[in-house]
Amino acid sequence: MSDPDAEHRERLAQTWAPRPGVLGWLSEVNHKAIALRYMVTAMGFFVLAGLLALVMRLQLARPGAHLVGPDLYNQIFTVHGSTMMFLFAVPVMEAMGLYLVPMMIGTRNVAFPRMNAFGYYVYLIGGLFLWVGLALNIGADVGWFSYVPLAGPDYSPGKRADIWAQMITFTELAALVAAIEIIVTTFKQRAPGMTLDRIPIVVWAMVVTSFMIIFAMPAVMVSSGMLALDRLIDTQFFNPAEGGDVLLWQHLFWFFGHPEVYIIFIPATGFVSAIVTTFSRRSVFGYLALVLSLVATGFLAFGLWVHHMFAVGLPEMGQGFFTAASMMIAIPNGVQIFCWLATLIRGRLLFRTPLLFVLGFIVIFVAGGLTGVMLAAVPFDLQVHDTYFVVAHFHYVLVGGAVFPLLGAFYYWLPKMTGRRLSEKLGQASFWLLFVGFNLTFFPMHQLGLVGMPRRIYTYLPDTGWGGLNLLSTVGAFIIAAAVTAFAVNVLWSLRRGAPAGDDPWGAATLEWSTPSPPPTYNFVRIPVVHSRYPRWTPLADPMVTTGLRDDLREVVITSMLDAEPTTRHLLDGPTIIPLLTALAVGVGLIAGIFTPWGFVIGAALVLPCLVAWFWPKGDPARELAEGRA
Amino acid sequence: MSARGRALGVVAIVATLAALSAGCEREARRFKDPATPTQMSRDWLAAQRRGSAGGEAPAAPNPYARNAWAVSEGKRLFTQMNCTGCHASGGGDIGPALADAAWIYGGRSGDVFVSIVEGRPNGMPGYGGRLTVQQVWQLVSYVQSMSGQLRKDVRPGRSDNLYLGQSEQARRAQPSPRLEPARAPAPR
Amino acid sequence: MSVRARLRPARAGAGIALFLAGCAGPHHALDPAGPQARHIASLWWLLFWVALAVLLAVVIALLVAVLRGVATRAHSPREPGVVVTMTERGTVAAVTVAVGLTALIVLSLLTASALVGRTLAGLRSPDALSIEVVGHRWWWEIRYPGAAPSEQVTTANELHVPVGRPVKVRTISHDVIHSLWVPSLHGKRDLVPGHPGEIVLQADRPGVFNGQCAEYCGVEHALMRLLVIAEPADRFDAWLTAQRETPPPPTDPEARRGQEVFLAQQCALCHTIQGTPAGGRVGPDLTHVGSRQTIAAGVLPNAPEHLATWMLDPQSVKPGTLMPASAIMGDDMAALVIYLGSLR
Repeated sequence: MSDPDAEHRERLAQTWAPRPGVLGWLSEVNHKAIALRYMVTAMGFFVLAGLLALVMRLQLARPGAHLVGPDLYNQIFTVHGSTMMFLFAVPVMEAMGLYLVPMMIGTRNVAFPRMNAFGYYVYLIGGLFLWVGLALNIGADVGWFSYVPLAGPDYSPGKRADIWAQMITFTELAALVAAIEIIVTTFKQRAPGMTLDRIPIVVWAMVVTSFMIIFAMPAVMVSSGMLALDRLIDTQFFNPAEGGDVLLWQHLFWFFGHPEVYIIFIPATGFVSAIVTTFSRRSVFGYLALVLSLVATGFLAFGLWVHHMFAVGLPEMGQGFFTAASMMIAIPNGVQIFCWLATLIRGRLLFRTPLLFVLGFIVIFVAGGLTGVMLAAVPFDLQVHDTYFVVAHFHYVLVGGAVFPLLGAFYYWLPKMTGRRLSEKLGQASFWLLFVGFNLTFFPMHQLGLVGMPRRIYTYLPDTGWGGLNLLSTVGAFIIAAAVTAFAVNVLWSLRRGAPAGDDPWGAATLEWSTPSPPPTYNFVRIPVVHSRYPRWTPLADPMVTTGLRDDLREVVITSMLDAEPTTRHLLDGPTIIPLLTALAVGVGLIAGIFTPWGFVIGAALVLPCLVAWFWPKGDPARELAEGRA
Repeated sequence: MSARGRALGVVAIVATLAALSAGCEREARRFKDPATPTQMSRDWLAAQRRGSAGGEAPAAPNPYARNAWAVSEGKRLFTQMNCTGCHASGGGDIGPALADAAWIYGGRSGDVFVSIVEGRPNGMPGYGGRLTVQQVWQLVSYVQSMSGQLRKDVRPGRSDNLYLGQSEQARRAQPSPRLEPARAPAPR
Repeated sequence: MSVRARLRPARAGAGIALFLAGCAGPHHALDPAGPQARHIASLWWLLFWVALAVLLAVVIALLVAVLRGVATRAHSPREPGVVVTMTERGTVAAVTVAVGLTALIVLSLLTASALVGRTLAGLRSPDALSIEVVGHRWWWEIRYPGAAPSEQVTTANELHVPVGRPVKVRTISHDVIHSLWVPSLHGKRDLVPGHPGEIVLQADRPGVFNGQCAEYCGVEHALMRLLVIAEPADRFDAWLTAQRETPPPPTDPEARRGQEVFLAQQCALCHTIQGTPAGGRVGPDLTHVGSRQTIAAGVLPNAPEHLATWMLDPQSVKPGTLMPASAIMGDDMAALVIYLGSLR
């Protein structure tokens, strides 16, 4: 078996190899390498934003504390929220998608390898931009949703709000890039035989998310662009005195902002489906229902945004429509939960850390979803809008609904990505620490909101009586820190001392487990032909593979969209430094653009030669090879 | 990476950091500023004059020339203290235009400071007994921004009011700012 | 994994304890003092119990899964996974029922919410008292209109209302977005530049109710508080009449000196005191400042030492406040404080 393949494997390794050295590292276009960079960067931002949260919790632990003044506190909560939403949550989900989707559908790389690298560099520059700003006292201080007129030129002097607005441009560009990669790769490069109803739910989740990104991100790019223009060149988009409207910002932002949280949540539901399948040792119950729920959630999510604006005085009937939609989205979410519960009940559970995180997810996310249904009711929302009740709610749905599944996914897939097992004991410890710490931190906040504590306050007076619950919260926050530390230690330890994972440490069902751990750059020696939804649990006596693809060029097979029948071959691009240069040019243009409108001209002038180099015709590598050999 | 590539990278990073660290001063919010003690500006100016060799303008330069927050505070004060009542929004009416290059009593920060604190002949009231030192420096900074004197990123953008054709940020510094007084200052 | 099962009641107990711990303190949303807040509170309790029931149901299902899982557990990943191809009728039925129940619950909560919304909208009355609240950075300007312009009352940070009578509050801001929120009386209403709004409050019992700005409005958003003082109708009328009166010139020599200090220093640039030349409109109206319970937007009690601190060093109380520090010294400051205290 391996002997005839050994030569083939070596040629593949050579063809798909990255370039050596530092230049090679910067020219990397392999989806796994880029995805790992995304993950490391995103988790780095997660830790940084978490540290900011600890500072906030220390400041709020007692009334009238003087740990940080209001100006610094306002920067801290803004950068905490912006980092978690824009620099951690979406990128890390995208990263998991970019890593897993090509492997789960049986191809060798994403559809546009160079653009993938470009997206990562743009994200990195944008994230560094925001944090360097914080370090230099230019940290954004207008809240992660940056309402005007506070963020406008009159009330936010200097460049803080501009840094926020431009960070949006960077990160949304990266998100759009990743979304396009996933959609095109999934629709065009599936292994032969992987019909639509054999696509793993993780892939479905990433595709739905990617479509949502394409429709949602432009709204925030437009609004942040309008804000930047108002601040830089005297446009009047948000100036009521000149025909602009303050509420225009809120509508545009929340039209993006609400789908954004589902963009973060839906990939997590994909992870949950995968983990529930593997750790119940059975196919997931209700595949069709789960997929349709994903699609329904994706659509419905765009009809909820006004529930962030119930206090501004919009007409009652209009608000009622959004109440209905906000409550209705509980139905597809409920379908998912019930299908998972059914799978768990009717399966044979393998109690390992990923399953623990899924169980924790179910409890915490359902609690958060229920407070969400409460918030959908306008009269009640008017009491707790913009209070710590909402802070509690969104941390329950985002930490419960995204971070728990994400950590479970890390415990599940890191052995594949790194080739090393993680410690099961430390994994369980990190789960319990996180579960207890999270509830201790955020459950009291429900009560704090009901008794009158608004959001975004740097301190409160002793006569409010909020001190006790805040102190509890702060203690919980440090337990969360311990949990994250335990996870980090686990990962680092496993990289050095972890037992080798082998191809398939969990006995799972999908294609990515058919490769060595860590996978080679080319993923599969032979592209498999897929005959079922759970290929590894329904092995054929005589499995089919795709042959005839060249191994001296970066060739992949393109299949039809519905039935995954092979249609053409396609050459993917190899390593090049051009995406980095283009990203740097974009970075220069966008950063200069907050100081002068000429920045865009400079940026365009720098980007143009990069694009010329990028799109320079490649010729016909196959013919050149043939002629070279002849 | 080649040596040249590395050098270029270092230059790029240093340049970006330099551009951004100009922000340190621009973004500072000094609510309580040791550089501008809590003192009525009239008293502070008198003390400055006693301390210096009998010069007209205070010895200290404008501490807020690069501070966008202070300039925006000056803009707020400009309306709230009713400077607009005579100077409109820079075009002048009863009082002279402040957005142009003509300065009767000098357009340097010291000159403007004295104008605000002591008043000038022909109707400029003196606010020295009613504005603190910090407030006057904030106003001086804003007045300078009205004629485009300060750095562009420090000047305010358009306000949330009726638009007057050009925000301070958009103005060019007048071609050859004649900051010297047009004629010798009248005796006090 | 009975560890989980053992932990659950402990967590529930902790939850209840935490909940009760927060009930101490000033008035809040679950301590309604008016019809609006009462309707909202009853909606809250409906939502709460329904949500608790649903959460319990899910947790029980999860416990069932875990306990069954313990009994039938797989011991190693090497045990093969099963692809279930036949229709699991029982499970389909169960899930369908669960989804149906979810839809029913959602529909009923939607109905409840709509009903409460309609009820709140109906709580208007032609004899409502009309008040205007203007949001500033970082204080509240409150205006009571009168039959004639001379009867208009402008005050700050303290809203007086008669018990039992609806109060129609018109809201606006001219700088950034603020939000008026008095949890004991009603939900919040954003004060949006360019979008004048309205909210109807009503207190059904006398008392002092706390409010706070609930929309991030800048550096001192945290300390932009207000008090709503509900009084029986006759005391309210007396208060309003007193507020309409112009304070007479001070007779006490200290107070007179204080008034001189007030007018000679920078105070009149920003503050108004009716009956004096001071007509500044930048800061709160101080005509009857002595009658208020707090100063600095609800942050300091209205007492001489706090007044002095606030005037001498406002940045130490509210860093970033737009109130400048004053350089008034010693006896002048003492006289000023006496004068301001006399303005009832």
